[in-house]
Amino acid sequence: MTKEISITIDDKTIKVKPGEKLLWAALDNNIYIPHLCGIRDEGRPSAGCRLCFVEIEGSRHPVTACSKVVEAGMMVRTRSPRVDRLVKTAFELILSDHNLKCGSCPANRKCALQKIAAERGLKLTRKRFKPLQRDFELDDSPDEFAFDRSRCVLCGQCVWADREEAKVGAIGFTRRGINRVVTTFEDLPLADSICTQCKLCVDACPVGALYYKKDAKK
Amino acid sequence: MQYVEGEKEEILSCVEEVLSNSAKDRENLIPILQKVQARLGYLPTLAMEKIASGLNVPAADIFGLATFYNQFRLNPPGKHEVKVCMGTACYMVGGDIALESFERRMGIKEGETSEDRLYGLERVACVGCCTMAPVVVINEEVEGKVTPTRVDGIMLEFEDMEKKEAADKQQGEEGGSQ
Repeated sequence: MTKEISITIDDKTIKVKPGEKLLWAALDNNIYIPHLCGIRDEGRPSAGCRLCFVEIEGSRHPVTACSKVVEAGMMVRTRSPRVDRLVKTAFELILSDHNLKCGSCPANRKCALQKIAAERGLKLTRKRFKPLQRDFELDDSPDEFAFDRSRCVLCGQCVWADREEAKVGAIGFTRRGINRVVTTFEDLPLADSICTQCKLCVDACPVGALYYKKDAKK
Repeated sequence: MQYVEGEKEEILSCVEEVLSNSAKDRENLIPILQKVQARLGYLPTLAMEKIASGLNVPAADIFGLATFYNQFRLNPPGKHEVKVCMGTACYMVGGDIALESFERRMGIKEGETSEDRLYGLERVACVGCCTMAPVVVINEEVEGKVTPTRVDGIMLEFEDMEKKEAADKQQGEEGGSQ
């Protein structure tokens, strides 16, 4: 077995496996770092949600914890004015096109966005950026679950589950920029696509975009 | 979009030929799509499905790539292809109005092709003659200062062209039967 190395996060010294990414090392030791797109087994993280920024001593700029491999003697701070500012902006940008009707969302109270807001004292409202609500058609074609793209944060957890766990390949990212969506080949409803309705993507969704119909609120 | 007669066979043979001449590797996906589009004019559903199974890549990924890059199109080109400029200058002087007029007259949205494949409508970003704004490119010819009235004129020209072609064809057929 390879020898564990020790790193310091917020004055707490922890022992971690070499090669581990900083985000998971922290989370395993009950040190919270906001994250949405991080996938533990992903070799090269997309680092797309821009929420897991931390300060590392000796590094000029904040770095994303999900893509940073731990090094012996690393001194990490999870909070700093620079980190807070980056995370706040990234969070506000995610909210700018997010359906914020939490009361009618099946993920209310177990939503990753609500957790981040609570942990970092951020508000689940839009002030700085113009809201961008688009008309998405609800895909309720599968038997037990539905996909509401107005709540999707494009974290890619469902695509990972579909590809790496279910090994199906029914869904993927399409289009570009503000029009980017997770969808099937030729935008078919899920039930008409090659989707096997294994529901692993529903379990992977950190927000209320993919949800079980039994949890839907009227 | 419905395939026209004989198109399916053409698509299949095209994809087969392109795939047999390229390494079956995911890294080759963009060149393969480019070659197929160069031959067919667009990326039909059938072609994307065949490429997906040929390279063992999810079809959703091919669709993702084809919708990510502007160079790929999923609709067949129309016989009359209209590109409306949405560059800054054209947009400021009402390029969007010209686009809307075309959409209404053709009965399609931007990026689409009419069901009879007569008209295709696209938006482009600057064709390089901002002094003529708003600019449209009609079958590769640039036309400037396009007002909604001019859109009507352009559409009438198309319709006249079609009528004339139909008449010529009929005359040719009559001539042939004599």
